[in-house]
Amino acid sequence: MARTLINAPKTAKRGDVIEIRATIGHPMETGFRPDENGKILPRNIIQNFSCRYNGELVFSAEMFSAVSANPYLAFHTVATESGTLALTWEGDNGFSQTENISLSVVA
Amino acid sequence: MRQWVLFALLLVAASAHSQSVTGVDKRRSGADFMAASTQAMQKDDTLNPGMLWVKDGEALWQKPTGQSQKSCASCHTPSSMKGVASRYPDFDDVLKRPITLSQRINQCRQKHQQTDPLRAESQDLLSLESFVAHQSRGMPVAPPDDKRLDTFRERGQQRYTQRMGQLNLSCAQCHDSNAGGRLGSSQIPQAHPTGYPVYRLEWQSLGSLQRRLRNCMSGVRAEPFAYGAQELVELELHLAVRAKGMLVETPGVRP
Repeated sequence: MARTLINAPKTAKRGDVIEIRATIGHPMETGFRPDENGKILPRNIIQNFSCRYNGELVFSAEMFSAVSANPYLAFHTVATESGTLALTWEGDNGFSQTENISLSVVA
Repeated sequence: MRQWVLFALLLVAASAHSQSVTGVDKRRSGADFMAASTQAMQKDDTLNPGMLWVKDGEALWQKPTGQSQKSCASCHTPSSMKGVASRYPDFDDVLKRPITLSQRINQCRQKHQQTDPLRAESQDLLSLESFVAHQSRGMPVAPPDDKRLDTFRERGQQRYTQRMGQLNLSCAQCHDSNAGGRLGSSQIPQAHPTGYPVYRLEWQSLGSLQRRLRNCMSGVRAEPFAYGAQELVELELHLAVRAKGMLVETPGVRP
């Protein structure tokens, strides 16, 4: 399991725009760099990030070789109802990790 | 005229790393030289990538290891680690020489956990070191008042002002005489080791002070001392004296 740092509000008023910030520990090996013996290191990157709010896709991003290690993403969504935000990172070598955060919405 | 300029330069050099005659502390952490966005990254624990290592270190702290099946937590509490990192490098009674915090962690592993020491710059060692050093965040750097360290400190100071490498530069020429100036596109900081281990954007990873020192050495085309070499420990000792009283920032972020 990769390490993550996630910052999101635990509660929000209905209709509020909330910000979610997420960092994940990942080497993001580009696939272009040689190792100390001159052999090219195989690519190992996160290709896709998505955020599902109670199952509905509210944000997604594609990532490529030029994205730094330990990528950080910040995005906004509108708080509509209490529930779960599922943050999913997917990438090379079958990498897949989901972190759930719960949000309670008050009227 | 030329003599006057030289004299002025000497004055600047002399006051750059200590309190000036007026009593105002002119020392500035490397963080003060950074862009506002990088400063913001360091300040916010949910943005600071170094916290990934601190979190890892927290998990390792609890994990029983080695033949004794002891964890760090079997003997120490995290709060007992407050002020430890601000003290190191410290004198070791058995070895009769100063050792760094990472060497101290490895000593514990060998003596008490009865397992192999962690490799320098390995993920696990950096994690444990950053977790321990994080406990001292906000505390002043407090090099121990130990007479036995004096000769090592002197050697460190000597090394700091000694020219080395094909470019024939000493640490002091950049970090005392030209701090605040530019080397290529980057600003030269005053070389206060307050945020180590730091997350360096250039490295895209966390690294120790020794990695940084070795970096500078290859920068002036000198052969870097090996990890754990006595010369590096002595340099660390001198840097700690220069930064005495400045606040620990671990995990720092640097460009």
